[in-house]
Amino acid sequence: MEVTKVTNATRVFKIGEVETKALRGVNLSVEDGEFTALVGPSGSGKTTLLQLIGLLDKPTTGNVTINGQEATNLNRNKRADLRKNAIGFVFQFFALIPTLTAYENIEMPLLLNGMKAAERKKRVNEMLEAVGLSDRAHHRPDQLSGGQQQRVAVARALATNPKLILADEPTANLDTENGKQVMDIMKKLNKETGVTFVFATHDPRVIGYADRVVTLQDGLITKDSKTNGKS
Amino acid sequence: MSQTFKLAFRNIGRNKTRSLLSALAVAVGMALLLLMASVMEGEMRGAMQNSIRLQSGHLQIRPASYDENKISLKWEDLIENPERVVEKVTSLPQVTAATPRLIASAILTLSDQSKGVQILGIDPGSAANEPFQIGLLDGQYLQAEDREGVLIGQTLADKLNLKVNDKVNLLMTTSNGDVDEQLFTVRGIYSTHIPSYDESTVLMPIAKAQSFTATENHASTIFVLLQNQEQAEPVAQALNTSNLKVLTWREQNALITQFEDFAGVALIFFYLIVLGITATVVTNTLVMAVFERTREIGILSAIGMKGRGIMAQFLTEAALLATGGVIGGLLIGGALVAYFTVYGIYIGDYGVTGMLFEDHIYAHLTLQNTLSLTIVTYIITLIASLYPARLAARLEPVEALHGLGA
Repeated sequence: MEVTKVTNATRVFKIGEVETKALRGVNLSVEDGEFTALVGPSGSGKTTLLQLIGLLDKPTTGNVTINGQEATNLNRNKRADLRKNAIGFVFQFFALIPTLTAYENIEMPLLLNGMKAAERKKRVNEMLEAVGLSDRAHHRPDQLSGGQQQRVAVARALATNPKLILADEPTANLDTENGKQVMDIMKKLNKETGVTFVFATHDPRVIGYADRVVTLQDGLITKDSKTNGKS
Repeated sequence: MSQTFKLAFRNIGRNKTRSLLSALAVAVGMALLLLMASVMEGEMRGAMQNSIRLQSGHLQIRPASYDENKISLKWEDLIENPERVVEKVTSLPQVTAATPRLIASAILTLSDQSKGVQILGIDPGSAANEPFQIGLLDGQYLQAEDREGVLIGQTLADKLNLKVNDKVNLLMTTSNGDVDEQLFTVRGIYSTHIPSYDESTVLMPIAKAQSFTATENHASTIFVLLQNQEQAEPVAQALNTSNLKVLTWREQNALITQFEDFAGVALIFFYLIVLGITATVVTNTLVMAVFERTREIGILSAIGMKGRGIMAQFLTEAALLATGGVIGGLLIGGALVAYFTVYGIYIGDYGVTGMLFEDHIYAHLTLQNTLSLTIVTYIITLIASLYPARLAARLEPVEALHGLGA
């Protein structure tokens, strides 16, 4: 089943009189359970494509569906609802709320989903255990290493059991060891829970984990290949 | 909700100095307004109470033709046999004291100075005239049978350099139209703490005032005090007759009420100015917070928080700032009000015709003023936070996350 489908998507940014075509007509379909890497040089459109799939932005033309639901023309609130229920995000800069502990950061999307307290507690503890941070539950982001913060971000992205996780350069600010740990966890969760991962990267070590690699250049998909990603 | 509150509380604590300064701005603004409102309340309340205790009473009974601005001594403008009226009035259970008063204009002259004054003929034994006895600073209080003695106010004594036992000459036009003058002895010096009153009012026993003014057994008014000022209207109705009119304290002090209304409007403008400044500080603080936390707003938005959730977050922070400010304002304002309730603010001779202002204004804090200011401060602070809250809520997720390299 298609988790997301992008059809003829273009995205044009206009700054003053200057138009920049970030995407020039992209078609992409991602199936349930895939571990897909979007690769390409800077400015190729990877991040823009992730933002369209993540409903953080709207295409200038074209369509985006999430779990078969047409999402392009949804209003802000409906897009927020769809993000809350169906999509998890991992950003390059360990995007955690600095005033909340690791536990509370993971808890936040569950609170937005209206999950009951007891259930929430159980789920947060499960996620902390899954990313190996049970002993750091009550630490704030500034008391965690970069790798630990990114693992909290992964746990938060997965907390609501979304079908799709979007990760933008998830290892870009991590050293080799921490980068490997984060990718291992993401891959493990992909295998164990079947959650779909789409991540943008130009780190060759990360690309090695993917079982599908989509290459973008100048706003177009130039190559789409299946690989035998690391398990 | 608890998460919103928790997050708001922690966000407030992120930049403690800035939050503290913002709450302090609210606190100082509120304290200032609390003090202003209390001083205004105290001033108006004081003027009204002074008028009731010295001038208007709760009720005044006058002849229908009496015009207080003319201070007429014509017999037809006076009450004949006032004791009978006093007897009738004091028989009412609501009345605590009733006493006749004769009012006349005179010129007080010394060897080289003169001063226009008002003679007030009083019954020294009446409880209604206790304020003069209590306010006696020097000398002796009047005796009903005294035919030469007068009491003068402290301000007049100071201005004319008069002391107890000094002689003063009073010159006046009697009810017959004749000019008469007599020498009196200053028996005592009193103070009501109202400079304008103490400068212009000379007290003498009513019997002497009647003989001096040739008004025989007549009085200008009957001054009536009641157990409760709210009983004034029904008692006035009960006492109304065709040849006498009964005026309540409200009717006689309409000027104070008007002045209070005017002061109330002026106070609202003052509120708006002070709260406007406070609101600007709060808006500025929250706008800075929005810009500093744009990324976080993007994150919250990305994980599915809707615009109204983000707006609620900033409104909660504003409410917390307002709570801190209001508590601080109540503490600072309460301390200031407590000080000025006891010690007052010296204003000297703040003479407004028809208003009996004391030389000190004493603050008077009411529950109504406290509650209304608390509510207004909350509302203004929340209104001030609407712009930054909407600014945050309207941020597009992709723009908010821009700083993340997304």
